[in-house]
Amino acid sequence: MSSFTQPKHSYFQSVRLRKKWMNVLISLLLIAGSILILTPVWWMISTSLKSMQEITRFPPTIIPEEFHFENYINTWKSAPFTLYTLNTLFITTFAVIGSVLSNSLIAYGFAKIRFRGKKVLFAVVLSTMMIPGFVTLIPQYVLFSKLGWLNTALPLIVPPFFGSAFYIFLLRQFFMGIPHEMIEAAKIDGASHFTIWRRIAVPLAKPAIATVAIFAFNSAWNDFQGPLLYLNDEVLYTLQIGLQIFKGEAATQWNYLMAGSLLVLLPVIILFFIFQRYFIEGANITAGIKG
Amino acid sequence: MKTMEAIMTHVKSKPKKKLLSMRRKEELQGYLFLSPWLIGFVCLTAGPMLFSLYGSFTNYDVTSKMDFIGLDNYIRMFTNDDLFWISLWNTIYYVLFSVPLTTVGAIVLALLLNQGVPGMRLYRTIFYLPAVLSGVGVYLLWMQLLAPSTGLVNHFLGLFGIEGPAWLTDPAWTKNALIFMKMWSVGGSMLLYLASLQGVPKSLYEAAEIDGANAIQRFFHITLPMITPVIFFDIVTSLIYGFQIFQEAYVMSDNGDGGPVNSLLFYNLHMWNKAFEVFDMGYAMALSWVLFVVVLILTLINLKLAPRWVHYEGGDES
Repeated sequence: MSSFTQPKHSYFQSVRLRKKWMNVLISLLLIAGSILILTPVWWMISTSLKSMQEITRFPPTIIPEEFHFENYINTWKSAPFTLYTLNTLFITTFAVIGSVLSNSLIAYGFAKIRFRGKKVLFAVVLSTMMIPGFVTLIPQYVLFSKLGWLNTALPLIVPPFFGSAFYIFLLRQFFMGIPHEMIEAAKIDGASHFTIWRRIAVPLAKPAIATVAIFAFNSAWNDFQGPLLYLNDEVLYTLQIGLQIFKGEAATQWNYLMAGSLLVLLPVIILFFIFQRYFIEGANITAGIKG
Repeated sequence: MKTMEAIMTHVKSKPKKKLLSMRRKEELQGYLFLSPWLIGFVCLTAGPMLFSLYGSFTNYDVTSKMDFIGLDNYIRMFTNDDLFWISLWNTIYYVLFSVPLTTVGAIVLALLLNQGVPGMRLYRTIFYLPAVLSGVGVYLLWMQLLAPSTGLVNHFLGLFGIEGPAWLTDPAWTKNALIFMKMWSVGGSMLLYLASLQGVPKSLYEAAEIDGANAIQRFFHITLPMITPVIFFDIVTSLIYGFQIFQEAYVMSDNGDGGPVNSLLFYNLHMWNKAFEVFDMGYAMALSWVLFVVVLILTLINLKLAPRWVHYEGGDES
């Protein structure tokens, strides 16, 4: 920018200026987009703190005139939300443990052990990603009902222990990156694959495993169809089912409904802000897909 | 594999035995590591699918009967079930609009985020947030946002003198409401595109700039081809997921009744009602196979067309 570029000064400056304006324009678009994205979340918080009288007022208030924090207590008390939370935590915990254990074992097998038929089997794993869940939904229901598992948490807890295609794929991609020499060296030292998996592969794959754990947590926490199908007894209900019933009971009490929604979404939001980088990790690995 | 064989032919007799047993041990361990998936695949996927395929030719009702009735379920579907056609149309409508809109939206968003403007990390967090929010809480939020008189969306439209529709009660608008809601969480696939954009080598752009390519040329000749594998993945998966839409419709219509004039009766909802409300399981399984075939054909068409437009940077695949 200093004096020695004087002859070409104006040309470079115009290019740089254009880039600068472009950046301003993009920033403005992104800010507008961010506001659009965040407004619903803000609206949920705001509505949850209003009185019903304020909600129906026109024009609507953006910030509540009075903060009715008791809406949260009233919501919590109006249904057995504590019980629902415990039920949800119970199912979610097992789903996370099952997903992490099974998928990391399976993925290690695909990434680091040599055996016949591996390629074919991995192609089968990938193709199961293409099978829509509804084709297996009914026969699985029949299976679980014959096993006497209806009205228990088992149909929601047991399947995660048998792996799932997307997580296998994700972890396999990560394990593939572990140098083969490292595995060979451990083998020469007499380590079995199980030891290598436990002592080397899993510790190295912590970010990918954390990604799987968080995805598994979110999908178990947000699962609606599974609990709706398998849990009929009120003492077994999860938060999602509880909220659905609460929807019917509270009718158009939007402040209570929003308070309830926010409470159910809160753990997911908190986890997202703490472990954000693992979501990005997951996307980076998935984007590495080549076909 | 080849080196292994080479070693085996060179090293005769004694070590061969040892090598073989080591290999066998390795193989055994491999299957052991895979065993959870193998068991799961047989018991929770392949077995159930076979059962369901057979069941679709019966009048199965879980409790008493399972008589073979040939193609009756399929004939009934196509000739004697109006709700089948309605739900199929509803689902196709949803997929037809939501998939292209979210794909283009996600790409545009990722391109904007990839321009190196300050605050990229913060924007990325904000845009991705809705993608992790799902379940009944979010649907309730949107029921409030889209409520005709107290909802924020219609208030906002009112500022411009537009009278917003009765999103969730007017049958002409219910599906659009759900597509609109889907657009909010476009940040999920945005993250994939962003990751992919960041993997495009900078040297390609530098070379193009030296050759005098402008921004639009650079986009169509470098950026777009380089991210086609992710576009392909995104389209294939969102098609599969789009056809499975269920939860939104179940929660946002009164307990899964399919909304006003069946306008939210999606295919899965129809199947759900047949299977678990009236326990017409054989028929419901036939329904599921028809949709599976539809999705499968679409996926195969996608795979077939892929080589024409998907650009692969050779070699990475194992």
